[in-house]
Amino acid sequence: MLSSKEINIILHRLACQLLEHHLDFTETALIGMQPRGIFLAQRLSKILKEDYGVRQINLGLLDITFYRDDFRRGEKTLEASSTKIDFLVEGKKVVLIDDVLYTGRSIRAALTAIQSFGRPKEIELLTLIDRRFSRHLPIQPNYRGRQVDAINEEKVKVMWKENDGKDIIYLVSK
Amino acid sequence: MSELSVRHLLGIKYLKEEDIQLIFETADHFKEVINRSIKKVPSLRDITIANIFFESSTRTKLSFELAEKRLSADVINFSSAQSSVKKGETLIDTVNNILSMKVDMVVMRHPSPGAGIFLSQHVDAAIVNAGDGAHEHPTQALLDSYSIREKLGVVTGKNVVIVGDILHSRVALSNIFALKLQGANVKVCGPRTLIPKYIESLGIEVESNLIKALNWCDVANMLRIQSERLDISYFPTTREYTQQYGVNKAILDGLDKEIVIMHPGPINRGVEITSDVADSKQSIILNQVENGVAIRMAVIYLLASKIK
Repeated sequence: MLSSKEINIILHRLACQLLEHHLDFTETALIGMQPRGIFLAQRLSKILKEDYGVRQINLGLLDITFYRDDFRRGEKTLEASSTKIDFLVEGKKVVLIDDVLYTGRSIRAALTAIQSFGRPKEIELLTLIDRRFSRHLPIQPNYRGRQVDAINEEKVKVMWKENDGKDIIYLVSK
Repeated sequence: MSELSVRHLLGIKYLKEEDIQLIFETADHFKEVINRSIKKVPSLRDITIANIFFESSTRTKLSFELAEKRLSADVINFSSAQSSVKKGETLIDTVNNILSMKVDMVVMRHPSPGAGIFLSQHVDAAIVNAGDGAHEHPTQALLDSYSIREKLGVVTGKNVVIVGDILHSRVALSNIFALKLQGANVKVCGPRTLIPKYIESLGIEVESNLIKALNWCDVANMLRIQSERLDISYFPTTREYTQQYGVNKAILDGLDKEIVIMHPGPINRGVEITSDVADSKQSIILNQVENGVAIRMAVIYLLASKIK
């Protein structure tokens, strides 16, 4: 669906959009969602620092496993990842970051989870891929990389250099 | 592995090594949760848990209740002292009555060994053994190993000595199973009268000299003399026990290396360990209590996820 070059262009655009709204990022917290949103969050933070001279970014990782609404509803035990937020989100502008926005249920869980760390001033959502017509909840991103129409039988796979060897996005049938 | 191999936690004996690792990894996440300013997650909103205690307990009961509440489960408490057990009701009847109130999980402490196993065969709920007589106390052993892992990095290959009344101790038996499963070396130390006859059959060496045992070990788990279970005289006097098997600061400082001191509580200060040992830097007794909540959250979370 997207090549490494296209992904890079999109990442820079998203970084610029964030910059436009948050300027120096002192009152902003970027929160990458476990397990796959953290690569996007780390990449954006790196671009903002290296290419746009942002000095310091509050970057956190949030795991939403214990806040999900499908506990005991599937076959498998939901496995948790680690949460690492070593700053207060109280009064900050929080940007939740995830790779793919699909049903919106993860974001719903994240909205609850983030409250355990304080009351943010506002919460925005950034996703690299926004799957249209698939939402179960009234949740829309503030920043989106690419909008796609995919049917339910298809899956968007986002691969990252750090984790999977190269940056590439596939649309695969399940 | 992402789920437990068991439906109930009846004893360490029934667990696999991977189960223990999964519980520890899950407990790591819960430990982070209970150190937040808001220490609660909504996972178990639709689960009801009954804590039924047929024997007295402070730490374990509070720890379980706190763990359940931190997971947002509904909790009912029952202790035999104020209940119909006194009127002659059987264990199965008592529990089935509680289950009729739509309870999903039972945490039980009972003076009879095997009570949890018996119950799991007769009622339809997940059972967590919170101590059954002199048999097992699995969550205590899990939190003990978890505390060793936290303090020393790994459990595998570490030398652990369990000192005191091994004969009447469910903590000792569960710890032996858990430590062996993780590849630690275990010795027991205490008066011969308080060491079970067939302990060697578990692959456990007996060391009757305390100083030798302490010099050998990385971790010493000091058990309490359970006066309430001593039906006959197993040693002449408490004072003599303390002289032979009590650890004081002078003994601790005289060892070749710095060892870790553990105690499952409640401590009889001045009997098995002195106050300056219990409160020393080498003691991780209060860490054990903190880890107890995280471990019990992990156990309950993992078992609850298997309730259909």
